[in-house]
Amino acid sequence: MSFKIAASPHAHQRRTTQQVMRWVYLALLPGLLVQSYFFGLGVWLQMLLALATAWLAEAACMALRGRSISHAWQDHTAVVTALLLAVSIPSLAPWWIIVIGTAFAIVVVKHVYGGVGQNLFNPAMAGYVLLLISFPVQMTSWPLPHELALYSITLQDTAQLIFSGFTSVGYSLEQLRMGIDGVTMATPLDSLRTDLSQALTVSEAISKPIFASMLGGVGWAWLNLAFLLGGLVLIKVRVISWHIPGGMLLGLLVPALLMSWFYPDQSVGPLLHAFSGATMLGAFFIATDPVTAATSNRGRLYFGLLIGGLVFIIRTWGGYPDAVAFAVLLANMVVPVIDKYTQPIAYGHGGKL
Amino acid sequence: MSIPITLIEQGHIWSFPGGIHPPERKQLSNTTAIATLPLPPELSVPLRQHSGEPGELLVAVGDHVLKGQALSSPGLNNALPVHAPTSGTIIAIEPRAIAHPSGLPDTVVVIAADGLDQAAAATPVALTQERAELIAALRNAGIAGLGGAGFPTAQKLALQRPLEYLIINGVECEPYISADDRLMREHANDILRGTEILLHISGAPKALIALEDNKPEAIAAFKRVLPNYPAMSLRVVPTKYPSGGEKQLIQLLTGRQVPSRGLPIDIGLLMHNVGTAFAVQQAIDFGLPLIERVVTVTGENVSKPGNYWVRLGTPVAHLLEHAGFKPSVAQTVIMGGPMMGFTLGSLQVPVVKITNCILVPGAQELAPPGDEMPCIRCGACADVCPAQLLPQQLQWLAKAHDHDGLNQQNLFDCIECGACAYVCPSEIPLVHYYRKAKAEIREMARDKAKSEIARERFEARQQRLEREKEQRLERHRQAAEARQQAQQKAVAEGAPNPNDAVQAAIARAKARKAAQAAAAEHAEPQDDDA
Repeated sequence: MSFKIAASPHAHQRRTTQQVMRWVYLALLPGLLVQSYFFGLGVWLQMLLALATAWLAEAACMALRGRSISHAWQDHTAVVTALLLAVSIPSLAPWWIIVIGTAFAIVVVKHVYGGVGQNLFNPAMAGYVLLLISFPVQMTSWPLPHELALYSITLQDTAQLIFSGFTSVGYSLEQLRMGIDGVTMATPLDSLRTDLSQALTVSEAISKPIFASMLGGVGWAWLNLAFLLGGLVLIKVRVISWHIPGGMLLGLLVPALLMSWFYPDQSVGPLLHAFSGATMLGAFFIATDPVTAATSNRGRLYFGLLIGGLVFIIRTWGGYPDAVAFAVLLANMVVPVIDKYTQPIAYGHGGKL
Repeated sequence: MSIPITLIEQGHIWSFPGGIHPPERKQLSNTTAIATLPLPPELSVPLRQHSGEPGELLVAVGDHVLKGQALSSPGLNNALPVHAPTSGTIIAIEPRAIAHPSGLPDTVVVIAADGLDQAAAATPVALTQERAELIAALRNAGIAGLGGAGFPTAQKLALQRPLEYLIINGVECEPYISADDRLMREHANDILRGTEILLHISGAPKALIALEDNKPEAIAAFKRVLPNYPAMSLRVVPTKYPSGGEKQLIQLLTGRQVPSRGLPIDIGLLMHNVGTAFAVQQAIDFGLPLIERVVTVTGENVSKPGNYWVRLGTPVAHLLEHAGFKPSVAQTVIMGGPMMGFTLGSLQVPVVKITNCILVPGAQELAPPGDEMPCIRCGACADVCPAQLLPQQLQWLAKAHDHDGLNQQNLFDCIECGACAYVCPSEIPLVHYYRKAKAEIREMARDKAKSEIARERFEARQQRLEREKEQRLERHRQAAEARQQAQQKAVAEGAPNPNDAVQAAIARAKARKAAQAAAAEHAEPQDDDA
């Protein structure tokens, strides 16, 4: 009889890309739950829209490229892109926002560059930046954390808002975003940026109700904590290594700490930086996209530091309240250089132990 | 990078980057003592069972040979000889399938065993002999590194450089394999005696005996006899694949790295496998050549897994039949372990010096990998690479046939341990790509060297032709000159000038032509009437 010929190694660890992706979904769950608690169920609708768009776009691209469609769905990378974009945008944004963003992320950012593993830029973040630049109003209209909102929103209202722009009783998103004091409220980072630019001190700025709770503002702190928890799980099960999130937090918090030492009244402290905006989501779920990150551990640390530093710079002196998406895309561009200069010294080439 | 000797002396264990922990599954085969496999009716002994050239054939078809009789001699290549594993008659010397990943045939000596197992006379070698004599004795015993590479032991010992340590490798880090484990448990003293001989020949002052901590019985066996050997000490390293790789073990025990493209001897170290040390002891103390070794037969598709003393040349089929082999559909038969072994296409392949294991996994045991998916640059491969390479970069470059890039990324420092392919979530057969790229680069280097030689030859031939032509012309010129001189000399001496004769002949010819022309003019009118 004849026997099967195969190349070594014959043993394989049974952890496939799908399993890795499943861990990512699971780790996103705490963040999703917190987000839907504070900002309503919109995020789930956005996710469904994003998933449907991603699947259609993926299938269309694979068909056009003459590849197996089922193969592409198996690796789940489109799903992760869709989910990350859906949690990044304001949860009551109109439906076409997420559709345009997801389609752009999959078709242009991923498939035009050659599909999985070939893309230069993080698809979710490139989609986010496209949306932010094209539709700044919709992209900055975060609903209020429910504790501060004047009106509470049902699931039906959410759906109607996303698809028609008005709730069943005719409130628009703008009206819903009004706080108890009758003033439209921005996100904590947004509000701080505006106040600081008007020469208010930080202590004055954070007297607003959005900062009523600890750390990084109502709702946002809990959201960041939830993403931090999910991220730590990912490190624990070795889906990601600590280098990128560690680097990013270090790159953001060390300058923030120095600033708040030297200019306590004009700067946002490290805690507010850590627990507001997209800090934790960015550090653990977005910057860690392996395809667009540096490859060696030392390189990953530098990549993370660079993102953290850029986030700090843009948040402090730039024109946008948050900066994770821009920082990630800028760092993506630098990856080949980082990889070139952080190549580990191979065995026998004179490296230290 | 100078590591203080005292740390090594104190038994400090360093670490190496990367590595993996695949299921060991050694209990399948390591619980029973090494059994002796009955003789097969027919054995085929490949002439080449080591890395290097084959020896020169000493026997012919029809010859009767005794157990231990040499079938080949080192010859001009100083190659390793092979020996008759039992007594019998040589019935064929022909190319047959051998244990090689390519499945290509090579020359084998086929012996029909007579069942008497009659041994040739064996003479022990005294250690008081010259170093060169002892090395020759090991060469004549056909001893090659039994750890897997099959490098001739004598050749390794012949290099004379200052040595600090001899390392005896009993790590056996490949999953499933327990041949060295059992040998250490049962022959610890013989192995240390072999180590003593190796110390004597190599001139190294001290030996380190290295094992993984998953072999407590073997460690205990060594501890019992070690007090008799003051120059040796035991080093137990943590279980991790591939700690048994030569370079990795050196890093673990000494904190040093073998320079790229260098040898352990460059940093004062020499390494031999425990099986080799045992074979050395047998060859020196008893004068026995290498004709048998311990082979692990394991996997879920044999009913009697375990270790066997197997004569070299025994067909794998005979060994498996004895171990109760029941093949499943799409069965793979692996020679070696699950990480670095290769699959056999035929069971007629004989056991050779480097065969440490025959693994026949069940259908679900080592399931084949799924479809190769695109690399997502997750870096899991780089995390486990013990050589500190970037496997996914190598993979991109190998697929692009970028040979310069591959050299820059140190492809040739890859030890093909398979850790990267083991962890790859996209199930990319990474090692396969590297082997292919290495072969391509070697092939190109060979072609380049060949065409370089051809070019040199061509140019040399052109030069030679040119030179010969000039020499010829020069000869002609000299001959003509000599002739002229001789002529002038003759004329001067009064002989008729040959040139005058020529002039006279030309004048005669001209006159004749003129006469003919005149005659033709007279004849013309008659021609018109005709």
